[in-house]
Amino acid sequence: MARAVTSRRKTINTALAWGVGLIIFFPILWTILTSFKTEGDAIAYPPKFLFFDWTLENYSVVQERSDYMRYLWNSVIIAGGSTLLGIIIAVPAAWSMAFVPSKRTKDILMWMLSTKMLPAVGVLYPIYLMFIKLGLLDTRIGLVIVLMLINLPIIVWMLYTYFKEIPGEILEAARMDGATLKEEILHVLTPMAVPGIASTILLNVILAWNEAFWTLNLTAAKAGPLTAFIASYSSPEGLFYAKLSAASTMAIAPILILGWFSQKQLVRGLTFGAVK
Amino acid sequence: MYLRNALCAAMALTLAAGGAAQAESITIATVNNGDMIRMQGLTEDFTAKTGHTVEWVTLEENVLRQRVTTDISTNGGQFDIMTIGMYETPIWGKNGWLVPLDDLSADYDVADILPAMSGGLSYEGTLYAAPFYGESSMVMYRTDLMEKAGLSMPEAPTWEFIREAAAAMTDRDNDINGICLRGKAGWGEGGAFITAMSNSFGARWFDESWKPTFDSEAWANTLNFYKGMMDESGPAGYATNGFNENLSLFQQGKCGMWIDATVAASFVTNPNDSTVADSVGFALAPDNGLGKRSNWLWAWALAIPAGTQKEAAAKEFIEWATSKSYIELVAAKEGWANVPPGARTSLYENPDYLAVPFAKMTLESILSADPNNPTVDPVPYVGIQFAAIPEFAGIATDVSQEFSAAYAGQQTVEEALEKAQAIATDAMEAAGY
Repeated sequence: MARAVTSRRKTINTALAWGVGLIIFFPILWTILTSFKTEGDAIAYPPKFLFFDWTLENYSVVQERSDYMRYLWNSVIIAGGSTLLGIIIAVPAAWSMAFVPSKRTKDILMWMLSTKMLPAVGVLYPIYLMFIKLGLLDTRIGLVIVLMLINLPIIVWMLYTYFKEIPGEILEAARMDGATLKEEILHVLTPMAVPGIASTILLNVILAWNEAFWTLNLTAAKAGPLTAFIASYSSPEGLFYAKLSAASTMAIAPILILGWFSQKQLVRGLTFGAVK
Repeated sequence: MYLRNALCAAMALTLAAGGAAQAESITIATVNNGDMIRMQGLTEDFTAKTGHTVEWVTLEENVLRQRVTTDISTNGGQFDIMTIGMYETPIWGKNGWLVPLDDLSADYDVADILPAMSGGLSYEGTLYAAPFYGESSMVMYRTDLMEKAGLSMPEAPTWEFIREAAAAMTDRDNDINGICLRGKAGWGEGGAFITAMSNSFGARWFDESWKPTFDSEAWANTLNFYKGMMDESGPAGYATNGFNENLSLFQQGKCGMWIDATVAASFVTNPNDSTVADSVGFALAPDNGLGKRSNWLWAWALAIPAGTQKEAAAKEFIEWATSKSYIELVAAKEGWANVPPGARTSLYENPDYLAVPFAKMTLESILSADPNNPTVDPVPYVGIQFAAIPEFAGIATDVSQEFSAAYAGQQTVEEALEKAQAIATDAMEAAGY
């Protein structure tokens, strides 16, 4: 009897999970479907789900009009660079907070997180002026620095949470065996925290890939990533939904594929230490 | 001999260096619409003629506004040409942020620019932006539905006629709405429409001493008329409809009438996109017999930010893109219906263009709009669907949100106007008016 209830509950849970998953995925699916429609079919009411004249015309128009590969390359550099830089800074920071905490560690963590609560537009002008002075406007290195800084609190917090799960005694044992601080972090701590670091990297890449405020405001013709590519197809005066959908699909495809292949790692990292 | 060869080589190098210095790469920020995209596709013609190359930064209209405003106000120097409108041009010209376009070549023929356009893109008589295309607003209506309703659209209708016709054309069973109008919040969306409409009802944003006037009877009449007509004959959810939503409805045959930008005429008469392309008529925007119509005036124009290092090349591009020969280039490649409208007088003297069904009404709409005298009673500002002061965009965005809430039935018209008066009064006082 108990087994039957468990089985029924499992079925319900599975159905619920699928339902929620489909609801979350539906806007992406709709965007992908719309990218294969004509502009007329894209605005048709009632909406056409699958039975429409499938076309690749939007993709060819987008390819013809925009240098997709340049935007893609910029996205790869900016998302990858900001993540790498962030990890290099955050690993030692999270180590010290997790294993050598001071009286103010919690306050520092909260203060770091509080910087995420300020609306980005509030610091647009100061950062824009600094970028003019430093010659960083419309450069990939400028965006790498900015995106690293805005995501750093999340990276530090995530790594801190993972590091807290690692028993300090193991690090102590390494120290007793004569490991230096560098060796302790690189050869003992990091391998043990690989799932956590991997999921932090993945999450940060996704956040940096999708960031649209700074990437639109600090770029012009050279360093614009895929967010700028999508923005160039949005229009309040003219129906270009199918082309916009094609551009969006091309922009999200790489990160969607990356997420698909690394989903096990991502889930493992995100639930790391959740169940003991 | 050696000396002569050396001199020749030096001269050749100098010429080559001079030639290289002349060929520039300019960066242009622009909006995403049909005419602008067409221009991007034809840039090779400009490069072939001048040697200059062009890099485009295309953005959605509101993003572009924020982006270029940030850049020009901080002297960021990211763009050599910016696409701006009639709202920004006089303000930025006054601030000294734009290069005056007072030395364009004789071939360019500045006098050919429609006076309404050059007036709206100037500050104290100096042109600061060259119109790429201009627009007003007008009535687009279904000739078949009008006939079925037993009515005939006058060339210059009144609001009362529009309301009666809308009621007569509405057929809820067949999902046909008598009239579709913008209701979406935003100063450039529903805010622009209701401001232009209010002019024909005798309303104004500010009196001569810059005091907001939303407590006037004329504003109450405007909003009550709009809401009454739209509740009666408009589409469901009209409070959130903007240009694109109404375009979509009209193209699918779900609107009897649509009052909006004249550039929409080419969309609704294009058989590739519109199911009603062969049954669309045009008329002037309605009035109330008070001497002002409810049409607006707008231009997307090209301007050069002060401080650019490539001013000469930027001017060459502006002369190319807004010239008579560019119009002829587009006509030759894509037909007269696709040329950028509303900028040059000579276009409306061209018999080929006058054969386009909406050409005459577009010109008449533009000519009937006067941004220097937009209202029945005098006002201290320039602009028809806006007041050309820096504070307007912020105030009008907030006010239009209150209006949209009233359209959606979340508050009464009286409450919306009271809030609008308070918002505008506070903002104007804070700005020192």
